[in-house]
Amino acid sequence: MQPRRKKRLLSILLIISLITGAVGAMLFALQQNIDLFYTPTQLVEGLGKDKVKPIVGQRLRIGGMVVPGTVSRDPQSLKVRFQLVDTGPTVWVEYEGILPDLFREGQGIVAQGTLQAPDVIAATEVLAKHDEEYMPAEVAEAMKGIRHVPPSQANFATGDSAAENDYRKPADKPTY
Amino acid sequence: MFKWLDPYAKSETLYHFCGKLLPYLMVSALALLLLGNIWGLAFTPADYQQGDSYRIIHIHVPSAIMSMGAYAAMASAAFVALVWQIKVAHWAVLAIAPIGAVYTVIALVTGMAWGKPMWGAWWVWDARLTSELILLFLYLGVIALNGAFSDRQVGAKVSSLLALIGVINLPIIHFSVEWWNTLHQGASITKFAKPSIDPSMLWPLLISILAFAVLLLALTCLRLRTAILMNEQHRPWVRKLVGG
Repeated sequence: MQPRRKKRLLSILLIISLITGAVGAMLFALQQNIDLFYTPTQLVEGLGKDKVKPIVGQRLRIGGMVVPGTVSRDPQSLKVRFQLVDTGPTVWVEYEGILPDLFREGQGIVAQGTLQAPDVIAATEVLAKHDEEYMPAEVAEAMKGIRHVPPSQANFATGDSAAENDYRKPADKPTY
Repeated sequence: MFKWLDPYAKSETLYHFCGKLLPYLMVSALALLLLGNIWGLAFTPADYQQGDSYRIIHIHVPSAIMSMGAYAAMASAAFVALVWQIKVAHWAVLAIAPIGAVYTVIALVTGMAWGKPMWGAWWVWDARLTSELILLFLYLGVIALNGAFSDRQVGAKVSSLLALIGVINLPIIHFSVEWWNTLHQGASITKFAKPSIDPSMLWPLLISILAFAVLLLALTCLRLRTAILMNEQHRPWVRKLVGG
């Protein structure tokens, strides 16, 4: 290789490795801020080495699986309340609005809202998260024993209309 | 080692080489695109969870993968252009940039159209979506920087350098769904494990990915030929070619 080219090659490699280092350090420093959401465990036990817990009133996103049997709806309004879990403790999410089509028990969801109590979030937006597995319904039924139930047919438990605050109580596990 | 490549650095040889490849590439791109997309969009079974909405994967994933593939190709050309100072390599950078930008736009738009019915939102600032958006800005930056200097040599050098530096974004896009928690799901096929997509859906997807790759090559050949003619218009061989 000509010395001129070698010099250019080396200076380019130097520039690239310096910038890679800078970007890497930046991403490392921002690690916790790039995460889209807290998991229930992170919310309850704290985040990172210092176990930093979000303060009540903070706006945040929470992501986890909807605990089966905890979805309860207010029959009078669009209010809904459910628990989220990842590997450890559960947290409550309260939401008033229309849930995405993919929302169902056992589904991963991401909710955005404010922290009302250390383990209660009042959500303003609920998004459904789906995994990277794609398969026809018959295969899913054979492999996982999952039968797809469209939300319109899903028999979510609703609270007793006579007792107004009952919807806040976890409902019994639905029958489907 | 790369001596056999030397003749292709000459614009006339490259022009004719691309011209020879072009019809084959165009025809196979069209055939693969029709096969993969029609198969994928119309004849695959519906997903157990997402129903028919998932079918957009057959456009979304190929365009997203190839938006990154195009960037890798563009950055390699930029590397050659910078170190060996070969003019055609820089024209290749400029030939690929708009194609890659359009692929990125397709990936972003189809992703939004997929996200609204499934996630419930058009756009979320998670790591995958944001890094793919940065990829679009990198493409636009390369195009813009090249034209931003009155001295074309400087523009070529600076835009090639940006194209090369932007490579850092590629692993970030790919691993964003592993390094951070995101709304975007993980990789279904670009991983060292069994694809988590049923074979009946996988084959049309692979064909569509190949189609987008071949189309990228075909369009690059086409644009590179035009760039060569534009830049060499005063050369005798071009004058002879166009009969001027």
